[in-house]
Amino acid sequence: MQSKIRGKQTIAFESPPVVLSSATVVGPMEGAGPLASKFHTVLTDTLDGEKSWERTESKMLKDAIKSTITQANLMEADINFLLAGDLLNQITASNYAARDLPISFLGLYGACSNMALSLFLGSVLIDGGFAERVVAAASSHHDTAERQYRFPTEQGVQRPLTAQWTVTGAGATLLSRQGTGVKITYATPGKVIDLGVSDPNNMGAAMAPAVADTIIRHFQDLGSTPADYDLIISGDLGQIGLNITKDLVSQGGYQLNNYTDCGILVYDDTQDVHSGGSGCGCSAVVINAHILRELQAKRLKKVLFIGSGALLSPTLTQQGESIPSIGHAVVLEAPL
Amino acid sequence: MLFAMVIPAFLVGGALCVLAQLLMDLTRPSFSPAHVLVTYVTGGAILGGLGLYAPLIKIGGAGASIPLTGFGYSLAKGAIEAVDKKGLIGAFSGGLEATAAGIAAAVVFGYLMAVFFDPKG
Repeated sequence: MQSKIRGKQTIAFESPPVVLSSATVVGPMEGAGPLASKFHTVLTDTLDGEKSWERTESKMLKDAIKSTITQANLMEADINFLLAGDLLNQITASNYAARDLPISFLGLYGACSNMALSLFLGSVLIDGGFAERVVAAASSHHDTAERQYRFPTEQGVQRPLTAQWTVTGAGATLLSRQGTGVKITYATPGKVIDLGVSDPNNMGAAMAPAVADTIIRHFQDLGSTPADYDLIISGDLGQIGLNITKDLVSQGGYQLNNYTDCGILVYDDTQDVHSGGSGCGCSAVVINAHILRELQAKRLKKVLFIGSGALLSPTLTQQGESIPSIGHAVVLEAPL
Repeated sequence: MLFAMVIPAFLVGGALCVLAQLLMDLTRPSFSPAHVLVTYVTGGAILGGLGLYAPLIKIGGAGASIPLTGFGYSLAKGAIEAVDKKGLIGAFSGGLEATAAGIAAAVVFGYLMAVFFDPKG
């Protein structure tokens, strides 16, 4: 059997998994942003009738997963594996969503890179012949993340201009071995990189070196260039992280002229989010609601999506540790 | 008459807030709101103990007594006064006695906010 590894760390899928359906559930603020019309479900408030934001996030994730299955006219029993992750301690949003689903569950943690990580691992399972259909999913919720990583929301702590706004959103993608649709053709899982940024209010800067490393490695492994892609899009670097990534990739010898970030697309300037959106849900909703649609409609042919994750914990940042980060890339291609 | 009180209070209280804001903005990420709280309370206590904060209250009134430094000042003032009355034990009891009204008010109003507004964060 021929090896599927290309170069050092890029995988070329022999039978690229197909996206059968995708779904998103977002909060009211995302639903008032520039991608408002693209989301599948927009909640009218951040609790959505639940007694805690944690329960809401779990429900959003579960609803997104179920929606992909019904959209594809399938039953839960038709799905071999569910791969999902979120930002909460012990990835509880995913665990509690999976509690109500009769599907074998693989909980993932790659921080905000979870959507790219779950798409990558789901594709490996399918292309490796270990699964017929999988659902890859990720979620975040602004208020659960604030509680987890920062301060109680009621305290009204000032956010510096480098800070990003955690997206309230869940996204899910149903991948299948057979069918027609957008294909996942390559993946470049990243290395953990830490250049010493220790400010949890400047995660874009912390994650940029890891994302840049994965982008450069991807081009080198495949002998490709930025021009081979219609769009290169990172997960949640925000404006500051995006500029740093551009600089770092150009130092590596590649000019990124067709590059943007989900954290920039998800909100507009009037929404006062400072450096842009962040969180697992940021790339999960932008990819599933917007990018996959553009590919399906063939307005985009080939997209390099790099999920960016800041692998910090509040305990370690309070101890003054810097923030290790990771970038996982997958290539999404429009149907022929 | 009112302005004679309000304007100095505004200037003194405002200056304390500006200082805290600058401390945060110019030193991020190392100086957090929690650092402001601790620095201001201990700073007020030290200045109070040295007799340097009372003149500020004389000028600024509530502008100096309401901010966190005023709380620190009250702790120090209460401890010093209690030592005069009760001896060394007053150093332990005096601070909280002097600030008891403020602390009890914080507990009562915090409780009422929690009851009425059902915070989720």
